[in-house]
Amino acid sequence: MAQPSAVQDNLRKELKNPYRRKGRRLRTWHHNKALWLLFLPCLLYYLIFRYAPMFGLVITFKDYNLFKGIWASDWVGLKYYRMFLENPDFWPLMKNTLLLGLYKLVFGFPAPIILAILLNEVRKATFKKFVQTVSYLPHFISNVIVASMVIMFLSPTGGLINNLLGTFGIGPINFMNEPGLFRGIYVLSEIWQHIGWETIIYLAALTAIDPQLYEAADMDGASRMRKIWHVTLPGISPAIVITLILNIGKVLEIGFEKVFLMQNPAIYDTADIISTYVYRVGMEQGNFSYGASIDLFMGIISLIFIYSANYISRRVSETSLW
Amino acid sequence: MRSPKFSWFNVVSTVFLLGVVVITLYPFLHMLAVSLSSDVNVIKNNISFWPKGFNVNMYELVLGDPKIWTAYKNTLIYTVLGTLISLVVTSTGAYALSRRDMALRGTFTLLIVITMFFSGGMIPTFLVVRSLDMVDTVWGMVLPGAVSTWNLILMRTFFSGIPKELEESGRIDGLNDIGIFMRIIVPLSKASFATIALFYAVGMWNNFIYPLLYLRTPDLFPLQVLLRNLVLAGSASSGDVTGIGGDNQVVEESLKYATIMVSTLPILTVYPFVQKYFVKGAMIGAVKG
Repeated sequence: MAQPSAVQDNLRKELKNPYRRKGRRLRTWHHNKALWLLFLPCLLYYLIFRYAPMFGLVITFKDYNLFKGIWASDWVGLKYYRMFLENPDFWPLMKNTLLLGLYKLVFGFPAPIILAILLNEVRKATFKKFVQTVSYLPHFISNVIVASMVIMFLSPTGGLINNLLGTFGIGPINFMNEPGLFRGIYVLSEIWQHIGWETIIYLAALTAIDPQLYEAADMDGASRMRKIWHVTLPGISPAIVITLILNIGKVLEIGFEKVFLMQNPAIYDTADIISTYVYRVGMEQGNFSYGASIDLFMGIISLIFIYSANYISRRVSETSLW
Repeated sequence: MRSPKFSWFNVVSTVFLLGVVVITLYPFLHMLAVSLSSDVNVIKNNISFWPKGFNVNMYELVLGDPKIWTAYKNTLIYTVLGTLISLVVTSTGAYALSRRDMALRGTFTLLIVITMFFSGGMIPTFLVVRSLDMVDTVWGMVLPGAVSTWNLILMRTFFSGIPKELEESGRIDGLNDIGIFMRIIVPLSKASFATIALFYAVGMWNNFIYPLLYLRTPDLFPLQVLLRNLVLAGSASSGDVTGIGGDNQVVEESLKYATIMVSTLPILTVYPFVQKYFVKGAMIGAVKG
């Protein structure tokens, strides 16, 4: 990422020239002070709200005491990590988090690709625009509202879905109290919420495909499906791969907000995930060190995920994030 | 005889796309219909997407509740103030980063990109916010999320696209870097400022996790928290006096739907007009990300 800019190159050349070396720092400062001043608020933000918490992770090795503060609290080494690994909740939580993330990846990832390809095949511009405008909408609705809608529509007393099932003589089913249904409900609601918005990246990639490729395929007598398979898909494959890598990195970082809003103790068996657990033990029960340790543990696993996905992709497809 | 334009592909894909439209819009129409229908019809569950026994009683109840107005006011304050701060910090930072001649640009960029992959997490961030005495203040709502790295990179991309010659002409006229930013870059980038402002405003409007973590006093709660307490935690039901409607017997469902509609209406009404800006912003992010 750190690419030397033109000016840095010039400075390096100046370094080699003894006559121009004098006052180099001063000149850099003078040249940059206005830009650095502009950047200062942003820098302060990152230092205070992004980097200070990273250093605050030292509490995972300490017995954080509210009154002593971070630095005076006692060191406890890996106590909290051991505590988490030995906790009987560890495997169920890990499994819930992984499975929910995996379901979302398997079912949620291809959905916008399919929608984007279908949209791309639409000849009528107005119809295409209409479908797009509508499908983006739920992305802008808050998680609180989406969770409310899901829970109310699935309610066994007067919920939309149960009314519908009722007309077929089924139910009523208490959807939100069935541990076995949570993952499906969550993933479906995620797809509903974000499918349209996620097509944007693929639609952008689609505009970059050379129309001549389609003409050539026409000449060869290719059908619609064949053109999609041999021209469209290869054309957007870099975008697919990049999104896939990013999504694999996010398998463990499923949105806290929505799961938190949708879960209830009756379905903790499948609906309790690491981040909601961190909130419960860390924020609600005030066990800061323990909560932060779990968070860091998962963060490191996520990093390993994304790094591996990127490594494999670079080897296999020559597309990668870095 | 088949007409020349007929193809199964078109039929299947049109049906599928219309299906997407129906599944997206129907829930909103249903909620609207239920909230506008009479109690009898709601209890009988016979409302689909058209109100039966039209009345606005539920809306009178919701809008007559002072708690809704406090929450609305709070949300507006957080959204406006938060968007302003975010916009200033993000645009100045992005402009500096877009200048190839800024020393340490690479280092700063790396510093920022790292945060996309690794963070301190919920609890250490909370401890930092608390140590700054921002818990239960407006600042706790608007500062911890002031910059979104995604938006910062998006803006940097916008600014990099502005021809360098314009900056140089500004310099010849005697402007310094800050002057160039204020007088040349900002006026030229109104559209991108609008786009990023929208992203921030929606984020702030919908934000639930910050108030959950950083606010304690109910008087400071924004709409999303109130909504969660009323609709999800169910205090609107069973004549609970903390809920809307006091101890009147009302149909819980229509009341909840009315509350949802009232709090979503701003986005639903503004959305068709601003949607193209979102898409433009996201497109640029997707292509050059």
